[in-house]
Amino acid sequence: MDVGRMFGEVAPPLWSGGPAPGGFYSFPGTNNKQHETKTHTMYPSTSGTSVVGLVYDGGVMLGADTLGSYGSLARFRNVERTFKVTDKAVLTCSGDIADYQFIREVIEQKVRDDEISGFTPVLNAGALHCWLTRVLYNRRSRFDPLWLECVVAGFKDDKPFLGYVDKIGTAFEAQEVASGFGMHMAIPMIREAREKKGNLTRDDARKLLVDCLKVLYYRDCRAHFKYQVADVTAEGVKIENDLNLKPDTSWSIANFVRGYE
Amino acid sequence: MSSIGTGYDLSASQFSPDGRVFQVEYAQKAVENSGTAISLRCKDGVVLAIEKIVSSKLYERGANKRIFNVDTHVGMACAGLLADARAIVNVGRIEAANYREEYGRPIPCKTLGERVSNYLHAYTLYSAVRPFGCSVMIGAHDEDGPQLYLLDPSGLCYGYSGCAIGKAKQNAKTEIEKLKLNDLTCRELVKEAAKIIYLVHDEVKDRLFEMELSWVCEESGGRHQLVPDALYKEAERYAKAALEEDSSDEDEEM
Repeated sequence: MDVGRMFGEVAPPLWSGGPAPGGFYSFPGTNNKQHETKTHTMYPSTSGTSVVGLVYDGGVMLGADTLGSYGSLARFRNVERTFKVTDKAVLTCSGDIADYQFIREVIEQKVRDDEISGFTPVLNAGALHCWLTRVLYNRRSRFDPLWLECVVAGFKDDKPFLGYVDKIGTAFEAQEVASGFGMHMAIPMIREAREKKGNLTRDDARKLLVDCLKVLYYRDCRAHFKYQVADVTAEGVKIENDLNLKPDTSWSIANFVRGYE
Repeated sequence: MSSIGTGYDLSASQFSPDGRVFQVEYAQKAVENSGTAISLRCKDGVVLAIEKIVSSKLYERGANKRIFNVDTHVGMACAGLLADARAIVNVGRIEAANYREEYGRPIPCKTLGERVSNYLHAYTLYSAVRPFGCSVMIGAHDEDGPQLYLLDPSGLCYGYSGCAIGKAKQNAKTEIEKLKLNDLTCRELVKEAAKIIYLVHDEVKDRLFEMELSWVCEESGGRHQLVPDALYKEAERYAKAALEEDSSDEDEEM
């Protein structure tokens, strides 16, 4: 996919200034575009909610549910929004699902281009994160953002890497990253666990991640019980699909909740 | 060669009185001056092999490769002007990426061959441009099975089960015809391809050469790539041994 098209450039018309449907022939030198206004979509349509990611000893783990919400309607319950970019990078996005699918196609082609041109260093998480900051910031600067919050997990210089970029280009790296509601609910949980335990093992990380997703499922009305977990270690990327939180949750207390209907 | 042409060869947009386009024929001549390239298609994949003539000892090894990836499942081997070949490879890559974007699946080899050959053909129609001095072989292995197409500067595109272009194409073709392509696997074919390259190489005229071998088959996971080092060495040994045997046979006959 060529970058030109991605950034909204279109091919020049066959006959510039020629007759347009519903318009008169425009003589050279006249400017008919003066009153044209341009609008952009400034809100997401079908969207995904929180993503949670954390670095543990020797790897990075990411979790996200598979719900595509249409406003408050739980419209698509099996939208996967985690994908393996290379052996050293995974990308998960919350926000507009269509924008995620678009950027995924662009990245997949980019990886393919690297591969076929014999470019040997594999695209790693650090490079992907860096590239995403440029793309998202560029789109925001055109007032046509990709409505995404991206979490990039993987390896950079043989060290675990976890980074965040959002639709306005805000980017950072951290040991624990979450998007959406997760920022408020999952991050404190992970930090607390780290304070108590120091370094996290892989099993700790998995347990913690599932705990975070569970809390989000309880509290976030746009969350879902079906989820995916991606685990990146030095050996590569492992993505588990079709995981289910429901058996581990209890809703018996819901009957006692009053006053919010 | 010097007497023909006679003014009708100055432009690709003009026919000669007997209905030929000399510029295109000259382009084909450029292909015939290049090192030999062969490709073989068997039941489980396609093998591409190149005899790359090295004109100076001072070149670094592995420079100016003549086998390219066009998409993950498509390889291209070229004979003729290398710079022209690179331009064609570029077009192929764009076509492949474009097809994926449009249809969401890898480009079929036939479609790629047709699209690239259309592009080559456009360069035989106008006086402002010259044809590509380059022929390419496109090999792929996908859901339609192994496929092999040869495109030439005139814009023709044919499917083959084995083909050869370049200096020693006649010799190479005779050798290919001896093979039972449908019974061999890619692993065996790589060795046969190496043997043919060594066999048709002209020691007297071009002393130094490098061989490039690539494949796209079930064993390579449907991906086009240079053959693994171990197999390359094995094929090279096999080729050299076959060559020695051949020359000792000749000695006996004499």
